[in-house]
Amino acid sequence: MPGLPLRMEGPMAIDSDVLVVGGGMAAITAAIAAAREGADVRLVSHKASTLRQASGLIDALGYVPATEPAKPLREGPPTAGRELDRDEWPDPEGPLADPFEAVDRLPESHPYRTVGADALREGLDLFDDLAGDAYRGSHTDNNALLPTFGGSVKPTARYPAAAEAGLASDDRPALIVGFRSLTEYDARAFAGRLEAAGVPFDVAGAEVEFAEAFRADTKVTRIAKALDHDEAIDGVPAREALAKAVAPHLHDAVDEAGGVERVERVGFPAFLGDDRGDAVRAELADRLGADVFEIPMGPPSLPGLRLEDRLYDALDDEGVRFETGNPVVGVETEADGAVETVAVDRKGRETPYGADAFVLATGGLVGKGLDSDREGVSEPVFGLHVEQPADRYEWFVDDAFGDQPYARFGVRIGEDGRALDADGDAAYENVFAAGGIVGGADAAREKSASGVSLATGIVAGRQAATEATK
Amino acid sequence: MTRHTDDEDANEANGANEMDGDDRDEGEPAATPGVPEAGRDEQPSIFVPDDGAVEGADSDLAADPTADRAATDGGVESATGGSDSTDLDPDAYDPVDVFPGGDLDLRDGADSCYKCTSCDTSCPVAEVDEEFPGPKFQGPEQWRLKRKDDHDIDESITSCSNCMRCDDACPSSVPLSQMHNEARGQFVEEQMEKLSREYVRNRILSNYRFFASIASKVPRLANAATKIPGAMKLGEKVLGIAGDREFPDFATQTFREWWKARGGAQVENPDKRVAYFHGCYSNYNTPEVGKAMVRVYEHFGYEVMVPPQKCSGTPMFANGMLKDARRHAETNVENLVEAIGEGADVIASCTSCSLSLRQEYPELFDIHGIEDVSEHTYEALEYLRINEDLEGELAGTELADEQAFAYHAPCHARNQGLSRQAVETFRDVDGVQMEDVGDSCSGISGTYGWKEEKYEKSMEIGAEMFDHMEDAEGDVGMTECPTCAMQMEHGTGYEVEHPLQLLEETVGA
Repeated sequence: MPGLPLRMEGPMAIDSDVLVVGGGMAAITAAIAAAREGADVRLVSHKASTLRQASGLIDALGYVPATEPAKPLREGPPTAGRELDRDEWPDPEGPLADPFEAVDRLPESHPYRTVGADALREGLDLFDDLAGDAYRGSHTDNNALLPTFGGSVKPTARYPAAAEAGLASDDRPALIVGFRSLTEYDARAFAGRLEAAGVPFDVAGAEVEFAEAFRADTKVTRIAKALDHDEAIDGVPAREALAKAVAPHLHDAVDEAGGVERVERVGFPAFLGDDRGDAVRAELADRLGADVFEIPMGPPSLPGLRLEDRLYDALDDEGVRFETGNPVVGVETEADGAVETVAVDRKGRETPYGADAFVLATGGLVGKGLDSDREGVSEPVFGLHVEQPADRYEWFVDDAFGDQPYARFGVRIGEDGRALDADGDAAYENVFAAGGIVGGADAAREKSASGVSLATGIVAGRQAATEATK
Repeated sequence: MTRHTDDEDANEANGANEMDGDDRDEGEPAATPGVPEAGRDEQPSIFVPDDGAVEGADSDLAADPTADRAATDGGVESATGGSDSTDLDPDAYDPVDVFPGGDLDLRDGADSCYKCTSCDTSCPVAEVDEEFPGPKFQGPEQWRLKRKDDHDIDESITSCSNCMRCDDACPSSVPLSQMHNEARGQFVEEQMEKLSREYVRNRILSNYRFFASIASKVPRLANAATKIPGAMKLGEKVLGIAGDREFPDFATQTFREWWKARGGAQVENPDKRVAYFHGCYSNYNTPEVGKAMVRVYEHFGYEVMVPPQKCSGTPMFANGMLKDARRHAETNVENLVEAIGEGADVIASCTSCSLSLRQEYPELFDIHGIEDVSEHTYEALEYLRINEDLEGELAGTELADEQAFAYHAPCHARNQGLSRQAVETFRDVDGVQMEDVGDSCSGISGTYGWKEEKYEKSMEIGAEMFDHMEDAEGDVGMTECPTCAMQMEHGTGYEVEHPLQLLEETVGA
């Protein structure tokens, strides 16, 4: 309604030394890194953390994909619906044994090249400190190989303790358990794919009756809760019922000679409890006489949820203030090349949040830190420069698995994590960027998403704290 | 400032028309002269039962959705063949504006869903009730299904507790709770038997204010009645209201009676005005929360107005009683718009009331001024944190009697970004220890836990919170939401306070 009188005084800014915008791995890393430097830190996230969509694996660098096609790209615009030769791309280098030594073979504009392999190492150290005994892998620089939901084997730097017994480098025979009601996951096909991938162990898949006691579209959170609390399923406690369902298949594996073999470990989709996962796995292992492990899943991902819980508890312990629910929508005031306040949209009314330094960690195209339309790709909070070809037909190549230019779109940063403008100078004196919003990495093909977040997050957080307390 | 003290309750206890589905109370005075027709229908409601008919100029379009379709194929007849490739003009290639839009069209929202199921993992009901297919189904999937004329709304929509955690979880900003509210309204309107026990029970639960307004005329009698042995069991047998719950006590003096008796506002300040939306519970059951609000705000120099008001609609949305909610919204919007016109912002002490005014109102109703109400509404502590130097005010303060609190953030506070405000506000006050008992749902979700058939599920959802409360050092609970408070008390026996009460004590208001 026009003509309503406005309040005389504007709202006061909600102030902190460092304001982190975002709620995922990079934002949490930056916030804790800044807090450990002595800064008063606030984290603002639009939505509940997207960690709940993540597998819970902490990848550093699994592959170095080719950035040049095997033969020159065809001239002219791509054309849907026409049969033409697709462009051809060499296979990526990998899976890598050591992610650190491969950093130098990444393109020069890659964030690992910008902040350095040491930043990755320090980011992983910080993660190890926060994750404690819930994660494994810190004993070595080398990648571990883990079976994932699709039946492939993935190189990763850190993995949940719950997944440990599933390592693909382990040669003990394994049984993979599936449930008919989990339609996106077929245990027998999964086992077949693992064998085809050449894993050094015998593996069988079996579909068991357990989840049938629930409705077909029961959420995995429901099953996890039933196991957490050992609820009675048709009169039998849930953990016992699950073990009983699996027991007849413990001899399903077949050795090279064609003989029957008792499995020594059993893999389940990752829904073995939420808060009390350790107890659930221990009881199942005890009942089955075999180690029990979880296979990381796509969303909805309990390993992701558990990691989210753990990291937000860590934020609390480190004294970081955080709030989720309202988006940061833009810069409100700036002076002398520095941002003073940003605007937070609180259900229609904008409230200023002030800080001496800002860290942007809102994610990339999927995380919606980048916005795109037919005209271009943009960064909506600080309006930072996003390098991109002017012609949008150069944003992508025909081969879906090729080196997609759009995958590397993002904000460029300097070695201190500052966001850069089109000329390569600091866009603002006090704005840093970390995680998926930072361009130059093809995280999906490299398997580098978490590592990039940790490496850029720790640099941005520390530098922001330095900037704020100077 | 006494003109906002007129107690509209007088019009109501004798007016059974509150419940008869008619449009408004007869006893209610007409809109104040000079105030534009705020709060009254100027445009048709966004919510209309979706029977597939589109009226007016759009009817041709509706009959033939392809009639006005923009070219999607670069000008050729078929996108898959039939033309030489040299004819293709890349600039005319993208499919845009294919679907006719409109106020009712939630297609954008449905299309924004990329099936990540974050909403399902955040749903407290799906975690305990395998019969409930979760928010992803209730939202975008059911929305698509009900586009077809011959598809009924799935009955499971009535199991959604409207905690709205899915809104907060969705990384793609799908308007899940709006979809749920519309589907539930449509289900109740078109498919629910109006003489069924469930309908009557839900109508009673959603119209808590109506019954509370009567009970508070005779609070001692009403309080005694609910404690008569077997009274609640009778309620369960006859109506399906959970018999294991303790019915909340009615205050012997309502907040509005107190306000009137004290002579209204004690501070006048045209530059700092707030209109207090106390909601039903602070008025009838916990007037001490409303009093704390008034004293704290007056301490900070605000002129407090208490406009006439009805239910925020929260329990009505959760039960699909959208017509009831709308009737109440008209009164609220009219009176709050008037207060805004006098320079006030709207302050609620209940986080569900503030969420309703801010989010559900503009999503569900098209009432003149409703956007202004939405934009000017804040939760009480939130507003002080934004507009006053609360940190400075509290620095160095001390609570006389040391106390540790077990704080639970209501789901609806979470949605407004407020889930940590109490913990942060009191962090530096000496003598106060504020412990967050975690991000689980209390399980009561307003009226959900009051239903006989949901009671056990409600307690199962709440179990995690009860555990964490008992693990916490404090033996006094704290929360902004009155029904969460009920559940906390019911599950642990703790006394439960509102942050405003602690603030009142701390700043010595």
